[in-house]
Parts: sequence; C-alpha cells; structure tokens
Amino acid sequence: MSQGITLAPSRRLKKRYRAEQRFKAYCIAALLLALAFLVVFFSDMIRQGYSAFVQTEIKVDVTYDEDTIKFTNESVTEEVSPLISRAFYRTIPRQVEANPDLMNTTQTRWLTATAHVDQYRKGYSDRLDPELKATLDRLDSEGRVSYGFNSGLFFSGDSKIPSNAGLWSAFVGSFYVMIVVLVVSFPIGVATAIYLEEFAPDNRFTQAIEININNLAAVPSILFGLLGLAIFINFFGVPRSSALAGGLTLSLMTLPVIIISTRAALKAVPQNIRQGAQAVGASRWQAIRDHVLPLSLPGILTGTIIGIAQAIGETAPLLLIGMIAYIPDAPTSMTEAATVLPAQIYTWSGMPEGAYVSLTAAGILVLLSLLITLNATAVILRNRFERRW
Amino acid sequence: METSQVLLVFFGGLVPMAAVAFALGRRKALMSDASGSRMHSLPAQYGVYVATWMALPALAIGIVAAAVALLGLQVPPAPFVLSFALFGAAVGLMLALRKVEPTLRARNAIEKFVYWTLFSASLVSILTTFGIIISILFEALKFFSQVSVWDFVTGTNWSPVATFRPGQEAADSQFGSVPLFAGTFMITLVAMLVAIPVGLLSAIYMSEYASYRIRTLAKPVLEILAGIPTVVYGFFAAITVSPLVVEVADFFGLHASYTNALAPGMVMGIMIIPFISSLSDDVINSIPNSLREGAYALGATKSETIKQIILPAAFPGIMAASLLGISRALGETMIVVMAAGLRPNLTWNPLEDMTTVTVRIVDALTGDQAFDSPETLAAFALGLVLFVVTLTLNLISIIIIRKFRQSYE
Repeated sequence: MSQGITLAPSRRLKKRYRAEQRFKAYCIAALLLALAFLVVFFSDMIRQGYSAFVQTEIKVDVTYDEDTIKFTNESVTEEVSPLISRAFYRTIPRQVEANPDLMNTTQTRWLTATAHVDQYRKGYSDRLDPELKATLDRLDSEGRVSYGFNSGLFFSGDSKIPSNAGLWSAFVGSFYVMIVVLVVSFPIGVATAIYLEEFAPDNRFTQAIEININNLAAVPSILFGLLGLAIFINFFGVPRSSALAGGLTLSLMTLPVIIISTRAALKAVPQNIRQGAQAVGASRWQAIRDHVLPLSLPGILTGTIIGIAQAIGETAPLLLIGMIAYIPDAPTSMTEAATVLPAQIYTWSGMPEGAYVSLTAAGILVLLSLLITLNATAVILRNRFERRW
Repeated sequence: METSQVLLVFFGGLVPMAAVAFALGRRKALMSDASGSRMHSLPAQYGVYVATWMALPALAIGIVAAAVALLGLQVPPAPFVLSFALFGAAVGLMLALRKVEPTLRARNAIEKFVYWTLFSASLVSILTTFGIIISILFEALKFFSQVSVWDFVTGTNWSPVATFRPGQEAADSQFGSVPLFAGTFMITLVAMLVAIPVGLLSAIYMSEYASYRIRTLAKPVLEILAGIPTVVYGFFAAITVSPLVVEVADFFGLHASYTNALAPGMVMGIMIIPFISSLSDDVINSIPNSLREGAYALGATKSETIKQIILPAAFPGIMAASLLGISRALGETMIVVMAAGLRPNLTWNPLEDMTTVTVRIVDALTGDQAFDSPETLAAFALGLVLFVVTLTLNLISIIIIRKFRQSYE
C-alpha cells in the first residue's frame, strides 16, 4: 500500500519531466529551423550568384582599319569571332574615335566572351556549337582563355546581351530614390514624432493619428503603388517611371517607420532633461531643440537608416508606377525614367536566357550586401552613441 | 520657363532674401536694445520672426499658383507668379519690420509657428491614408458601375478580355473574384502554418529558456529574415523551392505544378516568422514574473507554466501578432508575382497553380492596357477589397495590443 503511494507520483513526475524535455526540444527545433533556413538561403544565393562576378575572357588580336570599322566583327579572326560578345564589336568605332592612333594597328586584347561560351565554361549549359567548343578548347590549351573580374556587372547599365548587362543604372536610380525618400520623409517624420511625443494633447484626434500611423506601417506596400499611380502620376503629373515618382511613393511608406523609431528615441530621453532646461528658463521648444533632439539623434538616425534600407529593397509599389522599364543608360535627373536595384533583379529574373539566372543571383548578393552594410551601420551607430539612462 | 527653372529661381531667390530679412530684423532689435528700451526676446529671434513673415506670403502665393495649375484651371505665367511672390515677400517684410518693437513677443510668435509646422507634418500621415482611400475608391466605383458587385463577389470565373484602346467594348469579360481570393487564402494559410508555430515556439524559447547570450545572438539573426527584400524571397521561391516541391511531390507519386501555391506559401511563412516571433516575444516578456513564480510555487514545471499560465495570459497579444502576420501575407506581392501562377484556379490542392489578388493587380497595371479598361479598373476594385480586409485586421490587432499593454502596465 505504502509502495503504491510513493510509486504513482514518481511515475507521473517522470512523465511530466519527459513532457518538459519534449516541449523544450520543440522550441529549440523551431528556432534552429528558422536559422537553418537562413543558412540554406544564403548558401543557395552564393552558389547561384558567385560565378557571375567573373567572366570568361579570350586573348585575341584586334585589327583596327577602314574595313573593320564598318564590318566590326571582322576585326578579329573569323574563327574566334563568334566567341566574342557582340557588345565589344559595337565599341570599335567609338574606340577609334577616342584614340585615332589605333587606326591601322593590331592590338592584343583580353575580350569578354559571349554568354553561351561563358555558361559552357562554367558548366551550366552544354548547348555550344561543337565547332566552337573545339576552337575554345584549343584556345584554352594555348592559355588564351581565362576568367576576369566582371567589372561590367557594376559599371555598365542593363543590356539585352547578358555578358554586357550590369547594375550601374539601377545603382543610380536607387541613389536618386534614396535622396528623395530622405529629403521628404526625414523632416516630416521627425516633425510628426516631435509633435506626437512632446506637444500633442492626449485627445481623440491624437489617438486617431497614432492608430493611423500604426495602421500605415502595416498597409500592404502594393496599395502605396496604387496611391502613387493615381495621385502622384495621374493627378500631379509626375513623370511615369521616374525616380521622383518612385521616391515620393516610397517616402510615404518609410514615414511610419521613421515616426515610430523617432518617438521611441524621444521617449528614451528622461523627463529630467526637459525639466532641467525649463527650470533655467528655456521654453518647451528650446528645451527640445537644444537638449532632447541632440540626445535622441543616434536613435533617430538609426531608425531613418533602417527605414531607408527598407525602401531600397522595396519593389511591389514601383512595379505599378512603371519602374520596371528597360534602362540601359543611367538617368541623369530625377524626372527621367529610371530603374532601381530590386526592380532590376525582378526584370532579370524574368529573362529567358540561362545566363540571367546567375546575374539575378549576383544582383541579389549585391543588394543584400548593400542592405546589410546599411543595417550594420545603424546598429553600430546605436551601440556607439546611444545613451542609457 | 520650365517648372524646374521656376522652382530654382523661386527658392534661389527666397534663401538670400530670408538671410537679408533676418539681418534687418536682428539689426533693428539690436539698435532698439542699444537705445535703452529692453526688448522682450533675443535679437536673433526678431531676425527669425521677420524672415518667417517675409517667406510665408511668398510660399503661400507659390502654393496657390501650383494648385491652380494642377487643378487645370489655368497655368499662371511664371514671370507673373514670381513677381507677385516677390511683392508678397516685400509687403510681409515691411509689415514685420514695423512690428519689431520692445513689446513684440518674437519668441512666442516663432514657437507658435513651430508648433503649427509640427502639427501640419503630423497631418501628412492622415492625408496618406485618405490618399490611398480616394485613389482606390474612385476607380473601384467606376469598375462597379460596369460590373455588378454581386457578380464580383460571388462569381467563380475571372477571365477579363484585354482591351488596348480606350472605350473599346469588353462584353465577354467575366469578373468573378472568388478564385483569386481562394488562391490568396490558400497561400496565406500555408504561410501561417509555417510562421505561427515556428515564430511562436522560437519566441517562447528566447523569452523563457534561452540564456542572455543566446538571446542577444539569436534575436538579431532572426530579424535578418525580416530585412531580406521580398523580390529576393520571390526569386528563391521560384528558382529553388518550387522545383524542390515538384520533385518531392513526384517522389510521392503526386503531380505538382511549377507555379504551385505551396512554394510561395512556405517562403512567405519564413518571411513572416520574425514578425510573429518579435511581437510574441514582447508580449510574453510583458507578462509579470509574479504569474510565473506563482505557478512554480504550486509545483508546475516550466513547460506547464508556459502552456497553462503564460500562453493563456499572452493569448490576446499572440492573436494580435498572428492577425498582423495574416495581413502581411494577404498583401504580399513580389513572392507570389514571381512564384505563384497567373491562372485563376478554384481548388483545394496547394500543389496546383493558383493566382492571388496581388498578382492580378500587378498583372493588370503593368501591361499595355488602356487605363480605363475594365481590367485595369478591376485592379482597383481588388485593391479596395485588399485595403478593407487588411485595415480591419490591422485595426483589430492594434486595439488588442493597446488594451493588452494597458492591462499589464
């Protein structure tokens, strides 16, 4: 009898402890699953994208004379000619124009190969003409084929020739958009936050503004695109596809992020600071301008950078206002048609040629490193300058 | 003159004039101070006062001219606008300078101006919401004047006929939105089946079990998931996950489409994990320790405390987090545009291709359609439904979170 009393609870206890262990294991598994995804994701992007940072180059003799300016693909030997990217032949007249001494000479150059050759050499596709394969293998054995850094990926614009396509115009477009977002949403966002945190009376209207801002932060981004299309483009007549239209649309999306983080930064400054300033005769605004704002600046800047990073990675609203146009040359003003990094990635991902897959992944790697740099800057800024009270 | 030139002249003129006005106001205050009568505010404040009164009329005239031009009433000639603005600035400057007296409370006047500036900045967010509503509503109403609301809500056949010229008839078009919403809800369901368990359990681990070190390490790493652009997730879903789903389905003898609903759903779920986990984490952390200690004192194990005390107490907050997650999944665009199908398909099988509301919006507005074609207008009608649904979900969760915070503060 007495044994029964002691045994029963201990068996139950064991069961309860096992349940405890199981539950903890589930929790750890969930966290590990999320982290594992991150690892899989990044390694997949690197696996697909790393090869686009280098390009196959072939060492050939280029002849510059009257004939080859007209029939540019005759500037190299007939045998090698189909291996070289079309993008090079186009530049021959321009090269001679820029440097007339080239005329009637033969230069030895490393030239970018076509995407087909590049894909074949990287082992992605086998669909290369057998004759060209033989030529390529022969050149390879002579040491005339190698990989070179794909500088075009960074310094040339979009192109229908994969070996010539790059991110430059998207960089410029993203830069313009970023400027617009910064100029519009930073002052308005900070001003709104100061009003709500420091001046606003606690009434229905203020609460409505607050709820409205929280809601805006969660409104689907595509609806901002509809707003941009109907209001900025159709009503205000901002040019379609322009960095200005894109920037204004993204500004409205970034605004809640900046407001919410600025409010948190202002809230973190203790009341003593305000009271101290007011005690020595400063007005409310002077106390905020001279004491509260400088103290909360690191927090405000951190929130702004995070908001900007979000805006740079956003695509959906920009599709609706036409920022997926084919932009080979970088825009020179805010009102010209432009594209941005994520939109360029989207455009490339829809291209039928296989070479664009690794270009897309490479573009993604560039975009992710840009965003990680921005966010890391924000975190460092916060950790170095934020004061704990 | 072009608009950009007019703006350049306008602001290029305004800045040096403001500097001059500042100097004039300050000088008058200083002189008045020197002559013995004590001024109410600092000299620089009189400078700012005069400069503000000089700039405001000019700005107001500029804004009115821009509004007149935008509303299409008339385009005022640029020289006329500029000279009128100059005149307004001169009048403002003169009146303000005359008012600089020892009794003028320049500081209070400036601060009142600052207050109203800050206040009007806070109206921009309200205007944004109105902007969204108006921009969607008008086009949506135009759509519903052509297609009956009942057909839109209950129809099961979505097959718009493309019209490329304005005014062209599209009589055979069908706008039954049920398949689109079915696709949207299927993908949202898949996403939530991934995001809620993983997000919630990670939040429980981080707030209840993990050491401080693991917590400070794991939290920012999870946040990276939220920072990855959606276009990147879309590419990942289309290039890597979809083929994988097809292979796995083949292995089990099932047929899956390459634009199946499962792949974008799962990837979307992963994207939403950090939203659920960080919100749930906040909520669980705000549960007072006395509740935990009470449960331990009664002999409960940690998991029993979590399951029977913490989770019920945190339930409203977790609910709010899940609603926000759902709202995000419904409105997510890039992942489904890149990885889900274009064909409206009413099915229960997530291995088939399905399309969503957002996909159809993007498809209708990025094509070569005439702007007033029914398909383009239908995009706005879909946008309206999307806005109303997400707004409701957001408001419910915002209110739940506010109530929850108050009850434990």
